[in-house]
Amino acid sequence: MTTLELMTGHPLSSPEHAKYAYLYMNRIRKFEEAVEDLFGRGMMHGTMHLSIGQEASPTGVCLALNINDQITSTHRGHGHCIAKGADLTRMIAELLGKEIGYCGGRGGSMHIADVETGNLGANGVVGGGIPIAVGAALASKMMAKGTVVVSFFGDGALNEGAFHEAANMAAIWKLPVIFVCENNKYGMSSSTAKAFALENLSDRAKGYGFPGVTIDGNDVVAVYEATQAAVNRAKAGEGPTLIEAQTYRWKGHSRSDKNLYRTKEEIEEWKAVDPIVRFKNVLLERNIASAEELAEIEKRATDQVIEAVNVAVKATPATPEGLVEAVFKKVSA
Amino acid sequence: MSDRMLTMAEAVREAMGIAMEERPEVFLLGEDVGIYGGAFGVSGDLYHRFGSDRVLDTPISELGIVGAAVGAALSGMRPIVEIQFSDFTAQAMDQIANQAAKIHFMLGGGLHVPMVLRTPSGSGTGAAAQHSQSLETWFANVPGLKVVMPSNPADAKGLLLSAIDDPNPVIFLEHKLLYKIPGRDAVAEGAERIPLGVSKIVRTGKDLTIVATGVMVNKSFEAAARLEAEGISVELIDPRTISPLDMNPIYESVDKTGRLLVVQEAPAHAGFINEVVTQLVGSPSFGSLIAPVKRLAGLNIPIPYAPQLERSAVPQIDDIEIAARDLVKSWK
Ligand SMILES: Cc1ncc(C[n+]2csc(CCOP(=O)(O)OP(=O)(O)O)c2C)c(N)n1
Ligand SMILES: [Mg+2]
Repeated sequence: MTTLELMTGHPLSSPEHAKYAYLYMNRIRKFEEAVEDLFGRGMMHGTMHLSIGQEASPTGVCLALNINDQITSTHRGHGHCIAKGADLTRMIAELLGKEIGYCGGRGGSMHIADVETGNLGANGVVGGGIPIAVGAALASKMMAKGTVVVSFFGDGALNEGAFHEAANMAAIWKLPVIFVCENNKYGMSSSTAKAFALENLSDRAKGYGFPGVTIDGNDVVAVYEATQAAVNRAKAGEGPTLIEAQTYRWKGHSRSDKNLYRTKEEIEEWKAVDPIVRFKNVLLERNIASAEELAEIEKRATDQVIEAVNVAVKATPATPEGLVEAVFKKVSA
Repeated sequence: MSDRMLTMAEAVREAMGIAMEERPEVFLLGEDVGIYGGAFGVSGDLYHRFGSDRVLDTPISELGIVGAAVGAALSGMRPIVEIQFSDFTAQAMDQIANQAAKIHFMLGGGLHVPMVLRTPSGSGTGAAAQHSQSLETWFANVPGLKVVMPSNPADAKGLLLSAIDDPNPVIFLEHKLLYKIPGRDAVAEGAERIPLGVSKIVRTGKDLTIVATGVMVNKSFEAAARLEAEGISVELIDPRTISPLDMNPIYESVDKTGRLLVVQEAPAHAGFINEVVTQLVGSPSFGSLIAPVKRLAGLNIPIPYAPQLERSAVPQIDDIEIAARDLVKSWK
């Protein structure tokens, strides 16, 4: 098993926190690289949406969450899932259509959910998770759970009606929900410059009467701090926050993307602000960890992913038996 | 005569290009239809041919996109909307079902909505339950919508041209698995229309009638070819438009064969093929049947992800072959 003890707290609050954040960012990166490789070798089917270059956002956000706090995620959701504490083997197994996969092979990459770590599910529908997060926050409030809910979504999702209706309800009911918009500059081929007449997407929050902040989404510390402030606000009963985490996806939207809508130079510019390298430099400059220690963590992340792939590849494929019975939960007598 | 073997993506693009050349009021709008060329490459080079004023990239806002098309259609334009996957017509369903479908009738006939909504449909790509549905009955059950399900490039081109000409909202469901494969028939160069509401006899036969839709037409054709080798002769009918539905060739065929197999990818429960069967049962051709009607359809489950599960969820060529043989062999 690859699940680790989950940690909460500021990534620079102790060397342990720092190493944990570094490990998680690397796990996400290595995981995505493994997915790309499995795809390339024809072992994985369907499509894939990689979050390489965006690792600081899920990592920083989830450092501000407890295991009972919930998330909703997206088609580009591997990072959210890992940062919330999912088991890498069961994730890979799902992508390979295995019985032990998180959805028993029924969901695949776009639909991984993990009940134990409060992951209400990735989503194939842009914006689909946003109202659901608001509903989970409503339940949290009604049942006095004291938990918060984070809805991760992309810049593109901000233009779906679902966001607008959900944001308003969260605001009027002061629900403990945090809208994390991972602005990676594109919704498929559509740049934010073309899809919005706004400078900062976080300005959308104003119209609904709650705070919106735009942050450097490639800085795991900034992401953590913004999320922690939003968690405090949510737990104090003050309602939602919109966090716009500015980042960039290095890879194409999905496997069929020819990258016709952006330049190589732009991609290179963003690779130069790699969130993992940036955090590494912070840790080295501040003497929080040595180069050897960080190299060891990187290797640990790689080993964990390799182990997950090895176990998942050998696992039993899912079978069609019982699919019809699986549609409904049994009505209890 | 031409011997151009196009894929369905190419044929649909060609029809859109012809319609845009014919009429300045025809335009295309949708997510990533511009420089990206469409999620399935259907719009391709149209953006370069007609420019960004007539090939409009939209934000990810399906309700807004269809609503804008409805409003433009009411006001002199002829929009073609591409919704990236048919599953996301759900987001736009108010504008489709409550607005576009009803405006002409409900508002007294003075207004009409010449809009085509094209969208990729169906399973087989490993994209799981929210990207794989066959939703034709959602639309077919709404009076005021025409619903087209082309099964091959030549039909797609001619039917789409008619759909664009039509003064009413038309839902045009393109099966993803057909996009990249050339059809069996060449696609003519010109701008010839194929009228909506005319079923097509894909192959003639005397032992059994198969009525199939979308990609199931191709699967049934393959099954029929295999059965031919063992002396079973299948007549295959493709309704092409499920609303309006042309039953006459189906009646005539059943009068000849006495046996009927209906095939669709969508789940069996409350599916379109049940409409075919019900109309047949209520017609004089019911008396021609010498065998119970057989139905092959998707399981009543969301489409699963893993390939081995996904395959099991919808009829395959083998299933059609077995069902057809069984009908002919068991009922003399
Ligand atoms: C309702 C809906 N419309 C369209 C799509 C097709 N689609 C999938 S991802 C995507 C782009 C999403 O952009 P964004 O929200 O910015 O997320 P990113 O992919 O950049 O992470 C689109 C158009 C979809 N899945 N759901
Ligand atoms: Mg984006």
